[in-house]
Amino acid sequence: MNIDYHALLPEFILAGTILLVLVVDVFLPERAKWFAMPIGLIGVVGSLAGVLSLIGAGTRESFGGTYVVDEFALLFKGFFLVTAVVVLALSLRYFREGGFYQGEYYFLLLTSFLGCVMMPSSRDLLLLFLALELVSAPGFLMAAFRKGDVKSNEAGVKFFIIGVLSTAVMLFGMSLIYGVTGGATKLAEIGVALDGVSGEMETLAFAAILFVVVGFAFKVSAVPFQFWAPDTYEGSPVPVAAFLAVASSVAGFAGLLQLMFVAFAGQHEFWVPIFAFLSIATMTVGNLVALQQTQVVRLLAYSGIAQSGYILLTFALVTDDAASNRNAFAAAVTYILIYGVMNLGAFAATVAVSRRHPTLGVADFAGLRETAPVIAVGMAVFMISLAGVPPTGGFWGKLLIFQAAIERGGTLGPALAVVMLVNSVASVFYYLVVPRQMFLRDAADPSRLRVPALVTAVVAVAMVTLVAIFVLPNVFARLAEISTLVGLGA
Amino acid sequence: MIRLPLVLMFSALLFSAGVYGVLARRNAVMVLMAIELMLNAVNVNLVAFSSSLHQMSGQVFALFIIAVAAAEVGIGLAIVILLFRTRESINVDEVNLLKW
Repeated sequence: MNIDYHALLPEFILAGTILLVLVVDVFLPERAKWFAMPIGLIGVVGSLAGVLSLIGAGTRESFGGTYVVDEFALLFKGFFLVTAVVVLALSLRYFREGGFYQGEYYFLLLTSFLGCVMMPSSRDLLLLFLALELVSAPGFLMAAFRKGDVKSNEAGVKFFIIGVLSTAVMLFGMSLIYGVTGGATKLAEIGVALDGVSGEMETLAFAAILFVVVGFAFKVSAVPFQFWAPDTYEGSPVPVAAFLAVASSVAGFAGLLQLMFVAFAGQHEFWVPIFAFLSIATMTVGNLVALQQTQVVRLLAYSGIAQSGYILLTFALVTDDAASNRNAFAAAVTYILIYGVMNLGAFAATVAVSRRHPTLGVADFAGLRETAPVIAVGMAVFMISLAGVPPTGGFWGKLLIFQAAIERGGTLGPALAVVMLVNSVASVFYYLVVPRQMFLRDAADPSRLRVPALVTAVVAVAMVTLVAIFVLPNVFARLAEISTLVGLGA
Repeated sequence: MIRLPLVLMFSALLFSAGVYGVLARRNAVMVLMAIELMLNAVNVNLVAFSSSLHQMSGQVFALFIIAVAAAEVGIGLAIVILLFRTRESINVDEVNLLKW
């Protein structure tokens, strides 16, 4: 059993920080509880430095090949840690002024991020399950963190029941896979073993794959397993909603990518139609329901569901052809990363507005061009980017998926591309509702909105990043290109 | 020696009973119990495969699931107590403020 301590450095630093936050909180006086956030921030940045020190160090394995640090893992680890910095920055004022238990919150948030960081390295069913639970379990508590608020309680209960139920379904599938493959739990071994099964055992393997896919479909809020997401996001504190919408769902996709492209790749003829259905249903329902939303967090929740649909589309493009699979994989990774940036930005702008208008109706964004110009311009860029309109990064993301779909050929690829195009056009209508309020309506209270400096900084950086991705797509495309996953269609 | 297919049928039934419980029960604590049934069905599966394959990793997996399930019930009960404090009821059908 070999353990590569350097490869595990980011996890160790983060775990140490988590314990430190928990202990320090006990000794801080009530007024200084917010101090847990800078400690956490330093730990996350240290962990990020650990990730950077591993770039170019090749593929490193620990624990008998069950925990692998390769380029795919590093890319996602870096993404999650940057997300952690952003969510911490959004949380500081919100939680300090809201009268929450701050020490516990930062402890839970960082624990969730530890799970996120573990997810892309987990190449074993057991580790995938543990990482997924580490992401979700603190999330249940954070969703219910506005303790006196009935809506937050409801968010917690719904998220908890759905989360645990989906884990149980996924585990049942995993237990069947363990049996069908004759005791394989490593993803690469499962891939080999599943290719050898036939007859009745193959039917059982299909059932097992279906269970696992349904379990993950809950996590990434794919239709028809999406109903918990808008309720949970609306009831949670806004920074927690940002965490759930970005980190938690991207972690789900990181796990699903590994399972589908490595472990179950040989059975694609069985599961490609399932993903095609999930993808079409998810983007269509997400966009149609989003058209009727009047609350911004719910609007973002349904937009997130629709975006999940676009990402799921790439799974439906898998064929026997390894090169085209790598295309689809790269498109998925790129889109997930761009989606993370634009969604984080949109939630940051929402956090800024929530200081004056806690209910966050669409009309509460009226006149933002005067009360908070930076936030208004930023929010407009994020909405345009989510709709996939140039000159923003979201356009390249959609284009890559579209290209991969066309290049796959057959009837399925172009058909999916057309559905995606129609959906993107429909989505423009609701994405422009918020900019219309911000720029064409006047605010009831024209005084300046006081926005915390950290939140403004997040909005500005996310906005610049999205425009930069549009101007320099090559830099970003290369990121996805190098994100090769060990065992991906050799 | 009990034959493997019988054990698998038992665990499938246990899992189905759990799913039924989650869908049909109103009381939040009973929903938690039903989810425990589902997780235990997974454990039965893993241990049965592990013993028929003469291989340990399934049993290790089951031990981890038991530990995680205990942690989850702790979180679940905390949330249920919170719900009871604000609403004086733990009927999950009444948790319906947020929809569409």
